[in-house]
Amino acid sequence: MSMRLFVSRDAGAVAVGADEVALALQQAAAVRGVAVEIVRTGSRGLYWLEPLVEVATPHGRIAFGPVSENDVPSLLDALAGNTPHLLRLGATDEIPWLKRQTRLTFARCGVTDPRSLGDYRAHGGYKGLERALSLGSDATLAEVTASGLRGRGGAGFPTGIKWKTVAQAKSDRKFIVCNADEGDSGTFADRMIMEGDPFLVIEGMTTAAITVGATKGYIYIRSEYPHAVEAMNAAITAAKRGGYLGDKIDGSMHSFDLEVRVGAGAYVCGEETSLLESLEGRRGLVRAKPPLPAHRGLFGKPTVINNVLSFAAIPFILAEGAKAYADFGMGRSRGTMPIQLAGNVRHGGLFETAFGVTLGELVDDIGGGTATGRPVRAVQVGGPLGAYFPRGLFDTPFDYEAFAARDGLIGHGGIVVFDDSVDMRRQARFAMEFCAVESCGKCTPCRIGSTRGVETIEKIMRGERVSENLAIVEDLCNTMKFGSLCALGGFTPYPVLSALKHFREDFVPAPTTLQAAE
Amino acid sequence: MTAVYEAHHELWDETRGAEIIAEHASQEGATLVVLHALQEAFGYVPEAAIPMVARALNLSRAEVHGVFTFYHDFRHKPAGRHVLKLCRAEACQAAGGEALAARAEARLGVSLGNTTADDRVTLEPIYCLGLCATAPSAMLDGRLVGRLDEKRLDALVAEAQR
Repeated sequence: MSMRLFVSRDAGAVAVGADEVALALQQAAAVRGVAVEIVRTGSRGLYWLEPLVEVATPHGRIAFGPVSENDVPSLLDALAGNTPHLLRLGATDEIPWLKRQTRLTFARCGVTDPRSLGDYRAHGGYKGLERALSLGSDATLAEVTASGLRGRGGAGFPTGIKWKTVAQAKSDRKFIVCNADEGDSGTFADRMIMEGDPFLVIEGMTTAAITVGATKGYIYIRSEYPHAVEAMNAAITAAKRGGYLGDKIDGSMHSFDLEVRVGAGAYVCGEETSLLESLEGRRGLVRAKPPLPAHRGLFGKPTVINNVLSFAAIPFILAEGAKAYADFGMGRSRGTMPIQLAGNVRHGGLFETAFGVTLGELVDDIGGGTATGRPVRAVQVGGPLGAYFPRGLFDTPFDYEAFAARDGLIGHGGIVVFDDSVDMRRQARFAMEFCAVESCGKCTPCRIGSTRGVETIEKIMRGERVSENLAIVEDLCNTMKFGSLCALGGFTPYPVLSALKHFREDFVPAPTTLQAAE
Repeated sequence: MTAVYEAHHELWDETRGAEIIAEHASQEGATLVVLHALQEAFGYVPEAAIPMVARALNLSRAEVHGVFTFYHDFRHKPAGRHVLKLCRAEACQAAGGEALAARAEARLGVSLGNTTADDRVTLEPIYCLGLCATAPSAMLDGRLVGRLDEKRLDALVAEAQR
């Protein structure tokens, strides 16, 4: 019998040498005359241990990592002789970082072969869709609503209500659109699940389609994610061949077709109405709401548009029941959130857990502090539009409302860690600059406000009329916050104002410098 | 698997361009799909192709031009032989990406967004490759590189210059 090895094909693992390790394992095993089967999985999300190599044993998988090409000969020796190895991490499932998680959405990611429909089915795939088919539309809607699932893209709108609106709309055509334009820095959960468990996204979208009566769906993936595009396309082909897409899905009377569309480098297209414009082949200009996409969405038809993670949560909810999902979490934030630890962090990766864990636990305990070993000074939560939090706010629980109460947002669940070398003026300036570059240009506060914001923060950095210019920045932020059409202009003030509020010392120079400047 | 993903593009040819446009024009909302296909074939979207796309999709030239110029991905002219993209977003900034970008600029003698005089390397910023837990990261002609440090960056720059 051949030895089964598992090496990730996730872009994050490939970027640190997973392909080279897989190839070296194959070649070294051939030279030794050892039969090996290398399964290319998604990533377990423990990125500091990538490339991670796992081997199947009668007692479950044993992990080694981070493995480089040079480690391959000694690794094969250890496997052949069942002897100790420096990189041996023990049973994968017992690694504390993994064991502490509640993996509902990411249960299969890193475990199964993302190219294999058979593997997906063997690990519980399509149970949710089968239950939805037997329940019918109304009961499925009731389950999704009862689960408490809220839009995981960042807005947190209840998914059940969105679906119900589209289900009740009368139209000759309806659409399902998956927002996979994951542009927030510090987030990679969409990418991971598309690369590591693409059938899950397809199952979630198909469930939405049969529930609301849609027959066509699109997955809009950003062009920066070529591996995800490839993985989704391969999975769509396999699902079609397996009878899970196309006519008479899974033997039912429903038909549903799915297509991948690739973005073209515009951050604003992650905003749902801008994304719809882009899908229709136009400039990604934000639409005014109402009408809501649920009433008039893609090509003017009722459209369910959800984030990748929202669709990916659906199969569990239907397979295990709404209660099983809603039992996790706190307050109005039910279920689990795939949290992404990134930037200058010792243990970076994907940590799926119930809502309610505190920011401090996530950064210090789970993340292990900074990679540089210096003190953590600031963390940005929720992407480029999220607030910078100081250590003083580390008791904030991960929950939509708790973050909002402290002028922040959880967004898509990304946490970027900075050490004490960070200059918060530069970060505030960058937030404005990014908004200026990415603004679609439709509304004035965003288009012009962001450019004025960059200029004014630069004046502060040069020490010009610091207190007056700080007041201007604050005023400008209020205009952008309340006057912008969408979250790009509306939320850019979060990083800027939080930097001003919590890290004031970076903006106001010491008194002697102030005198010199004036 | 360490192959260099150097792109090989065709020279602009009107008949070939028309073929590519026709192949994708029947899809709903085809503009981005067609522009992507043209750029994949020719390495950029030639000016001459814009009115052809407009005719095929029953749009005005201005509309197609508007779409073409809205998106950062579409090129007006061919890139250098190699394209080195450096991530400039917050997660990479937190991990020292800014200093590495400055180093790459100095090594190549061009600022971000430009191509070296010998047309060998185009150096571009990119706002997030989704490799934020193995930051800083870069992409050389489609190949991803994470955990960038000075040594790895210098090797990448040297590879791009070859």
